[in-house]
Amino acid sequence: MTVTATAPPAADERLGKPRAMDQLIKRPEIGAMLGALLVFLFFSVVTEQFLSVGGAATWLDDASMLGIMAVAVAMLMIGGEFDLSAGVMTASTALVTALLATQLGLNVWLALLVSLAFALAVGALNGWLVMRTGLPSFIVTLGSFLALQGLNLGITRLVTGSVQVSGMREAAGYESAGFLFASTFQIGGTSFYVSIIWWVLFTVVASTVLMRTKFGNWIFAIGGAAQSSRAVGVPVVRSKILLFMTTAFAAWLVGSINILRYASVQANQGIGLEFQYIIAAVIGGCLLTGGFGSAVGAAIGALIFGMARQGIVYAGWNSDWFQLFLGVMLLAAVLVNNMLRRRAERVRR
Amino acid sequence: MTSLIETENIGKTYGSVIALSDVSTVVNAGEVTCVLGDNGAGKSTLIKILAGVHQHDQGSFKVEGEEIKFSSPREALDHGIATVYQDLAVVPLMSVWRNFFLGSEPTTRFGFLDSKKGKAVTRKALSDMGIDLRDVEQPVGTLSGGERQCVAIARAVHFGAKVLILDEPTAALGVKQAGVVLKYVAQARDRGLGVVLITHNPHHAYPVGNRFLLLKRGRALGSYEKSEIDINELTRQMAGGAELEALEHELRGVEA
Repeated sequence: MTVTATAPPAADERLGKPRAMDQLIKRPEIGAMLGALLVFLFFSVVTEQFLSVGGAATWLDDASMLGIMAVAVAMLMIGGEFDLSAGVMTASTALVTALLATQLGLNVWLALLVSLAFALAVGALNGWLVMRTGLPSFIVTLGSFLALQGLNLGITRLVTGSVQVSGMREAAGYESAGFLFASTFQIGGTSFYVSIIWWVLFTVVASTVLMRTKFGNWIFAIGGAAQSSRAVGVPVVRSKILLFMTTAFAAWLVGSINILRYASVQANQGIGLEFQYIIAAVIGGCLLTGGFGSAVGAAIGALIFGMARQGIVYAGWNSDWFQLFLGVMLLAAVLVNNMLRRRAERVRR
Repeated sequence: MTSLIETENIGKTYGSVIALSDVSTVVNAGEVTCVLGDNGAGKSTLIKILAGVHQHDQGSFKVEGEEIKFSSPREALDHGIATVYQDLAVVPLMSVWRNFFLGSEPTTRFGFLDSKKGKAVTRKALSDMGIDLRDVEQPVGTLSGGERQCVAIARAVHFGAKVLILDEPTAALGVKQAGVVLKYVAQARDRGLGVVLITHNPHHAYPVGNRFLLLKRGRALGSYEKSEIDINELTRQMAGGAELEALEHELRGVEA
């Protein structure tokens, strides 16, 4: 923070502001970090398995699957939009891959590629519909959420006669694709899923894009004030459509990890997860109104989720308590975020 | 010398609504053209045409002597026409320097944002305009309304705008802040930019303006050089002249 030699008279009012708060405004993930630390310490003390390597492998894996999506959803939320179809998309992509590989006998790699194209097309359609109609993305993606849910069940039942697709293990290319998406690696004699690496990688890339690139600057701008951004030449429509395609890509990644790990997929999977993604993003410092947030924060939000969900299991409590915990966390996060925004947006004349 | 902008009998209709018709004006380098009018007079429609947000459907619109029809604000920007809107000049939650470079971000060789350069250039450009900010990393939302306008004006000047369109820059400001903004308008003019100043306050327009275009109900009520009109006449015309006198008479009737 630099202070110019000759402070203008107007600056005097600003000098009274506490420094710590200024820093918080710049780092939206601070609150989530603090929360994560608390949850970590709490379950480390209360339970025995939590701090063990095996325990860590479990809650990190839980957090990773949620985290990949939460990070993508956070980018979209910073860009000022929601995607309610994100949860169901993880099932849709897995189903497309599984049906192509098991029913048509396609090589798994080829099936994954088609599934990726499908995901990107749905994402682009979501984005295009939102921008074209000018309707809130909440409503548009609620529509695509229901449509995809219906398609998942309908097509799966039509093709297989049941509501699940299995038998991936026999498909050509399952081993090599599985290595990339669903293998494990050893640390201290304990297996960690490779999804954790995908999660970290995705977070690093997303955060770099957000903070260090032109496009990242545009994401914050279109979420904060789309009209102003357009007026200075930011391609608002293209950027938003790209963000919807990013969440679709993340859903494809998670769907692929799922199908290759479990070799089967339920047609009704993924429903309800979309809210968990949004909650993780909000806990990580994203504003519901857009224009503010962090990818790292969303990843930490997912970490809190994973730690609490598994911690409660280790503690031997009923999992009902997880929902209570979630509700309290969400409310606390929204209150903190709101306060930060009011500080940043306060208009002085 | 050709004018930076010249419109001749320009007009725009939205369906059956005639928002603007038969408006002619010029904007020259180093001069301020003021557009005055009450709410609904067509000021916004006119500047939106100049800024590339809307397209005109009558008359001619020339930029540096060349007939033109912009398809987007980006295209207008590429022709050196920058617009600063009243409410949407900046993105409040973003830092000053990120706002300053929005849409024209500086990048390093590897395509990443060059934040060091961004901050330094922002600080320099702002201080060149005489704007002294403590910290270019603070969110723009923490600045006062006048300071925000100034950041937006400095941005337009820095990125080589030839024409600066200001939409009611002083509307929401106090007397002192409005004075500061007008100072920067004059500064931009003295740097050789053509300025279009939209306002409904003749007291703000008169000191900096070279030319005054009065609009009413989508039509030009009159266009004057500064030498042809004084502030009282400008105010009278703006307020609706005879109409206001009638209203005054009526109000006196109420009092009595």
